[in-house]
Amino acid sequence: MEYTLSELLIINAARLLKDGDTVFVGVGSPNLACNLAMRTHAPSLLMIYEAGVIGSRPSRLPLSIGDPTLVSGAAAVTSMYDIFAFYLQRGNVDVAFLGGAQIDKFGNINATVIGSDYAHPKVRMPGSGGSMEIAGWANRCYVMTPHQKRRFPEKCDFVTSAGFLGGGGQREATGARGGGTQCVVTDLGLMEPDANGELVLTALHTGASVEQARANTGWELKVAEHLHYTESPSEKELHILREELDPQGTYR
Amino acid sequence: MTKLTTLTEAVASYVKDGDTIYAAGFTHLIPFAAGHEIIRQGRKDLTLARATPDLIYEMMVAAGCAKKIIFSYIGNPGVGSLRIIRAELEAGHLEWEEYSHFSMICRLQAGASGLPFMPMNQTAATDLEHANPQYRRVKDPYTGREVVVVPPLLPDVAIVHVQRCDANGNAQIWGIIGEQKEAAFAAKHVILTTEEIVDESVIRSDPNRTVIPDFIVDAVCLVPYASHPSYTQGYYDRDNTFYLEWDKVTEDPARVKAWLDEWVYGVKDRAEYWIKLGADVHKRLEVKPRLAAPVNYGDY
Repeated sequence: MEYTLSELLIINAARLLKDGDTVFVGVGSPNLACNLAMRTHAPSLLMIYEAGVIGSRPSRLPLSIGDPTLVSGAAAVTSMYDIFAFYLQRGNVDVAFLGGAQIDKFGNINATVIGSDYAHPKVRMPGSGGSMEIAGWANRCYVMTPHQKRRFPEKCDFVTSAGFLGGGGQREATGARGGGTQCVVTDLGLMEPDANGELVLTALHTGASVEQARANTGWELKVAEHLHYTESPSEKELHILREELDPQGTYR
Repeated sequence: MTKLTTLTEAVASYVKDGDTIYAAGFTHLIPFAAGHEIIRQGRKDLTLARATPDLIYEMMVAAGCAKKIIFSYIGNPGVGSLRIIRAELEAGHLEWEEYSHFSMICRLQAGASGLPFMPMNQTAATDLEHANPQYRRVKDPYTGREVVVVPPLLPDVAIVHVQRCDANGNAQIWGIIGEQKEAAFAAKHVILTTEEIVDESVIRSDPNRTVIPDFIVDAVCLVPYASHPSYTQGYYDRDNTFYLEWDKVTEDPARVKAWLDEWVYGVKDRAEYWIKLGADVHKRLEVKPRLAAPVNYGDY
């Protein structure tokens, strides 16, 4: 079956979720990945939204992080202080999805400024939102992004959210409780951190090559010893995405 | 004591040039009507603090009300960038102070609690800490490890939109409760706008739902639909179409000016604005009821 770039990312991200995971969700692709996982292999996934909503049962596709459909029928609603302190900082979040304009060799993420001068930004982006704490304190962080050289520089211009900093245990030395960037899902394959915290190519999607991945990465991309191929999106996964979750194709 | 007044009078009495304003509400209950009233009254040199400046502060920046913004996420939620604020920052025309969501909320929490600072665990990301000198570190006296701290945020005025309150200002909100309570307790003055004024007995029938008590409130303004294009849970939906259209309007400064002329300067108040939006928009934003099960407080 044919599928789009975003369907490929969403389906592969959904497969990273485990049944019973507590997920800190954003709208858009991560929301679709979580709902897809819930309808396939992870029926008891618990979704927590940054706006303070726990256990949402949205009856329509939420279009913003604070969509009222997330609230009606949810298990609980808390203040912003509570969601960040009791849920995230306390260690009650297993998984979170993050995004940004740059993701570097050690899984650090930049969503703040392009250029080296923070005070005089060449390009000003939205900034952290919740992602600084999410990256610090969630057990596993995942990123979904197209595989492009400009998105994968050797080093971020600004570290909004920490991956493994400069590698070699630098992150662990800060005492931040979370596990950092555990997987980057791209349209070519998957990158995961090695023991040093460096993102290496661990999987390719059908039709993608190591050469392609290397050519579109801004550092000397290493390839894992046991490189594998991901399973192509199944008919069932595509059906759920297209017919049940996003019938209008908003995120296709 | 009743604090009922009009939004025009409340803004005239409590919002001064140079003030620090916190217009509360995380995506939900954003007090747009008050933002428009501040624009109409021509306030200048304001410091605009909000976790997500959203369209309300973008409009106020576009109208020339702001000297500085304090924020943790400057995006158009679900759409993309806030073009005007972004351009002003890139051009160096607007001062800014930047946080993450949690540190922004911790600043309010410190302000609301009368504390000198709030501690947070380290996140391993230190670039923002280095860029903003308001972030400091202190040693935990119990374990010796370092925690990150931020100082209190003490706005001159907090503006909060609520579903219902009584004439004294005992205010109840439900749905996403963001940072309204913290902003109100941190601020020197509190202006409430409300969808409905209810009798005190309605408030007293469900005291757990009261988020803001009357004694910290200065003004109570009955302003239905005050949060459009944001929303009020159970009253009307978020106008996602508006958020998308704003992205187009802000591509061109002339269109922004025309929009402000038509929708802010060109109307007297929110009632006129709502009528002007028209029946199609009203219909699109209608929401069917979904009631909570009543709770039993017991008759003691």
